[in-house]
Amino acid sequence: MDSAKIKMAEQFINLVPHCKALGMKLTLIEDGVAEMELVYADKLVGDPETGVLHGGAISALMDTCCGTAAMSHPSSPAGTATIDLRIDYMRAATPGQNVTTRAECYHITRSVAFVRATAYDDDRDRPVATATGAFTVERK
Amino acid sequence: MAMKRLEPVQVVKQRRDAALSALVHGVPYVQFLGIEFDRRGDELTAVMPFDQGLIGNPMLQALHGGAIAGFLEVTAVIGLAWSALWEDLENGALDIEDISGGKMPRLPKTIDFNVDYLRSGLPRDSYARARVNRSGRRYASVHVEAWQDQRARLFAQATGHFLMPPRDNG
Repeated sequence: MDSAKIKMAEQFINLVPHCKALGMKLTLIEDGVAEMELVYADKLVGDPETGVLHGGAISALMDTCCGTAAMSHPSSPAGTATIDLRIDYMRAATPGQNVTTRAECYHITRSVAFVRATAYDDDRDRPVATATGAFTVERK
Repeated sequence: MAMKRLEPVQVVKQRRDAALSALVHGVPYVQFLGIEFDRRGDELTAVMPFDQGLIGNPMLQALHGGAIAGFLEVTAVIGLAWSALWEDLENGALDIEDISGGKMPRLPKTIDFNVDYLRSGLPRDSYARARVNRSGRRYASVHVEAWQDQRARLFAQATGHFLMPPRDNG
């Protein structure tokens, strides 16, 4: 993927109000692959006793990353919307650590993009969560 | 048989509202999304007022799928915690002083969550209700429905499985 397209994707994500509010960053975008990072923040905590991030914040990260991967696929002409997203939470993300996600669009038809993603904290050997989703393929 | 004396309505309401408020306002992410809960007896309706910060597509002014997922998950977790709390709250096993002081029971943990996006979220207030389909000692299954202007026109629904916090039978 050329650098102009990467720049465009970065700008696009920075323009999304909810991504900005959460503090999400795009760290990599290739053909059908995207990586994003969510910076740990107190306002996103789901369990005040432990300081563990709320599942919803992880969902938002996974959803954005999967959507970006779908849009970055060479066969995808334009935008996308989530049809369905399933998230499995394997363990609590370690409080204080950022969460990174890598999403891959592993199959695309004229109407549907199939995407899977994995989320990690600093421990790359033990994923925090995995996601699988179906996204629309919008016509130009 | 002596009739159990019924508590005055304001005492009952105050206790229930205090417990719900502690549950909702103790979670930073719930505040981040601006979610409040409407209570009628034991029935809860989650309300997420529209905010520009919830937008995922500025061109279409559509809500972000992540914000919708977060809203549904919050509704499920609070709804499940509330239904688990209800009995203890009503029979006096739960100390209202403790609750107001921030000592709440542990929240259920999400095992998995499956969101169905039925139509795009408009720049409007959103509402959701959770239904606990099964709640065992360790696991629970919860279904959530969300709508905006019309109750019968859902814009998203979700099913999730949750791990219940261990009960201390001390």
